[in-house]
Amino acid sequence: MSAKTAGAAPAGAETAPGAGKGLWAWLNKRLPISEFITTQLTGYYAPKNFNIWYFFGSLALLVLVLQLVTGIFLTMFYKPGELTSFDSVEYIMREVNYGWLIRYLHSTGASAFFVVVYLHMFRALLYGSYKAPRELLWLLGMLVYLALMAEAFMGYVLPWGNMSFWGAQVIVNLFSAIPGIGPELVLWIRGDYAIADATLNRFFALHVAAVPLALLLLVALHLVALHESGSNNPDGIEIKDKLGRDGKPLDGIPFHPYYTVKDLMGVGVFFVLFAIVVFFVPTLGGLFLEPENFEPANPLSTPLEIHPVWYFTPYYAILRAVPSKGLGALLMFLAVAAFLFLPWLDRSPVKSMRYRGWMSRTALTLFTVSVIGLGYLGMQPPQGLYVVLARIFGLIYFLFFIGMPFYTRFEKVRPVPDRVTYHAH
Amino acid sequence: MRTDAGRSGPDRSVRGWGGRRRLLAASLLWAAVLLPGSAWAADEADGKPGADWQSWHADTDVADLASVQRGARNFVAYCLGCHSLRYERWSRLGKDLGVPEALLQKELLPPGDSVLDYILTAMPAKDAQTWFGKTPPDLSLMVRARGRDYIYQYLKTFYVDPARPTGANNLRLPATAMPDVLSDLEGLKRAAFRAAPGGGAAAGTEQTLDHFEPIAPGGMSAAEYDSFVRDTVNFLDYVSEPTQVARRALGVWVVLFLLVFTWLAWQVKREYWKDVH
Amino acid sequence: MADHAVLADDEVDLSRRKFLTRATIATGTLGAVFAAVPFLESWAPSERARAQGAPVEFDLSKLEPGQMATPVWRKQPIFVVRRTPDMVARISGHDAELKDPQSQDSDQPAYAKNDLRSRSPEFLVLIGICTHLGCMPKQRFDKGELYPSWPGGFFCPCHGSRFDLAGRVFDGSPASINLNIPPYYYPNVRTLVVGADEKGTA
Repeated sequence: MSAKTAGAAPAGAETAPGAGKGLWAWLNKRLPISEFITTQLTGYYAPKNFNIWYFFGSLALLVLVLQLVTGIFLTMFYKPGELTSFDSVEYIMREVNYGWLIRYLHSTGASAFFVVVYLHMFRALLYGSYKAPRELLWLLGMLVYLALMAEAFMGYVLPWGNMSFWGAQVIVNLFSAIPGIGPELVLWIRGDYAIADATLNRFFALHVAAVPLALLLLVALHLVALHESGSNNPDGIEIKDKLGRDGKPLDGIPFHPYYTVKDLMGVGVFFVLFAIVVFFVPTLGGLFLEPENFEPANPLSTPLEIHPVWYFTPYYAILRAVPSKGLGALLMFLAVAAFLFLPWLDRSPVKSMRYRGWMSRTALTLFTVSVIGLGYLGMQPPQGLYVVLARIFGLIYFLFFIGMPFYTRFEKVRPVPDRVTYHAH
Repeated sequence: MRTDAGRSGPDRSVRGWGGRRRLLAASLLWAAVLLPGSAWAADEADGKPGADWQSWHADTDVADLASVQRGARNFVAYCLGCHSLRYERWSRLGKDLGVPEALLQKELLPPGDSVLDYILTAMPAKDAQTWFGKTPPDLSLMVRARGRDYIYQYLKTFYVDPARPTGANNLRLPATAMPDVLSDLEGLKRAAFRAAPGGGAAAGTEQTLDHFEPIAPGGMSAAEYDSFVRDTVNFLDYVSEPTQVARRALGVWVVLFLLVFTWLAWQVKREYWKDVH
Repeated sequence: MADHAVLADDEVDLSRRKFLTRATIATGTLGAVFAAVPFLESWAPSERARAQGAPVEFDLSKLEPGQMATPVWRKQPIFVVRRTPDMVARISGHDAELKDPQSQDSDQPAYAKNDLRSRSPEFLVLIGICTHLGCMPKQRFDKGELYPSWPGGFFCPCHGSRFDLAGRVFDGSPASINLNIPPYYYPNVRTLVVGADEKGTA
């Protein structure tokens, strides 16, 4: 066995702290640091055949840290309140040293978070990473996604621009569709008769403290669950089924140094693209920072077109495709919730798309096209051809889930190889 | 770098309509000949000046410091009477535009204002509401909110309309509350509309312009006025985001550094992954 | 070992690996330092703070002899004292009781490093913050006001530090250095500007 596993300090060493070895031993008697490194990094084996789709988990963690740091710094200068929020954001942009950079890092980071998370989720659809024994891993991931959506929604309200206000108005009003308690619930969420200072301030507290704490907890649980089952891979084979004489998977490699090093490269590529946006196109043509939000919130002046930021538009398109308010809201929520049932809707004997039949592949392709299509349509005015297309794509979207128990069970699958397919690179 | 240091500035002791007379005097070498529409300005459909106004582009470059300086001077002369730039300080303007403080005080600052103050208009908001029906909006973020082309088109599509309280209307923002304050420079023009289905003269919003008809010339030629508007838009672009030039400059270094780092990380990855087979 | 995915140590070119790893770590660390700069800089006074901290003008013609005014500069109290000839005389004669009679340790512009610690005998300009722990000293200008040999000056109520009419600290005070002096100048005979002098703005 290679000497790559970290050497633990001699057990029972009780030398006084000061000298390196001694301090290390002292710490390790009191905290499982060495043990952590051995079991979670150098001794944790991941499949060797990870491809490009496997960068996005570590990138998501990176963006989370980025958002936390830039967010904390923004909080040092931002002043929540209907009279001060908008001005304080301009103060940050113009008068705080490098405030503009911290702001753009945070706003680009929010969109980057969703780019990364959507690609991360798509990987799961591609390779069946939500299937047993990883159902809970998937559910925890979905909870992270839901928390992220709440965080992003509330964060967008904080600058108190005109889109902040009207976006909040529309989305919070959705809850009034809930039979019976709807209107009271909306009044309670808002804390006032319209989106107002009360709403802004509580969203600030939730966005800065409550949801980030929840996110950290959920991400930690997500990682624990991952390490419990071990990672899936593009072939959908369980590498733990084939162990070597040392008890480690034959098709696995230690996470450190191989994936730490590979993920570092991924981080580099990500940062290059990220920096290009932050420094050269921070608004990305209005996709990341909408022009209407550069006007202060005005309860008496609705923008010509209200739509959420791009990462919510697929669901928004579904909401508007349905002519009934209650049914539209319900379908929108179901569109998100549908993902929760994937582990049990999918009846395929095979995990990875590589070995599934043409029905699964077609379904996933159509689903992806629909999501992208819905995303585009959610940004357009809801009229004419746009509505027709939204309904078609919406139908395909739901059929992907509803049909899954059938086409996954009855399609002809390809034989799954014994060992992972790997080409040296 | 070329500055407008030598030019005589506007008479700032008189705000609003009065202040522009001196600027007119400087450019009134031009005879009051009726010039055919906007022959020099952006391309128009053959013989129908203004018909393509919706495709007019401002085409400004915020890195053109001289242009932004001229725009600042234009703004102080023609816009500051009603519009504020509440997020921008005079001192910041001076620093970013390379205007020394003394010159700033002499040429741009309204008397009584300190160089550290934010750029505020003297017009009381309540009175403005009474006179115009709407408070003239602050323009600090107008370019970010509406775009350069929007403001460019707005300042170039005013036309005479007796039905409006100000006597003027606008194609970019129909029924605008703002009077045609630049008519002294641009001249006056009438809008001839195409007989559009479903859009009467009263609607104002759905009509299609056929062409502009010049009524009276202004103190500037079409080309000069176009430059004037571009400079002003350029200035407003700068005010919308004063850090944008620095942002792009820093970005070049950051991306270069990251490319170097990524290349190194890639080499390390390849080196370690030689192990894996 | 042959059936495992990974090579053994002895089959690896360690020197190239070490070099590349170190180069990458070094570059990454440099990048991290560069990345820290904007965040650290954001804490430095913003443009608004700097604008609010601009030099302040004060009209001297309103000050009576023997009187003190307290304008504010950079959110700090500035003591402007119009000293009478008697007060000026009471600045000398007690050097032995002072910790730093020549102002060697204290912080003042060059033009204030003299016996009277000011540009002109008549006006004293000080930052009214006790050099011990930051309270605002009180004026005690009259001779004998605190004790019989008291020549006049400032008394800090928090911990009892005493300063003379040039702001110099007395022995026995918890404070160890003389009161600080900001940059200042007189653009004309009636005006005092605090926060700027010939060298420019502070």
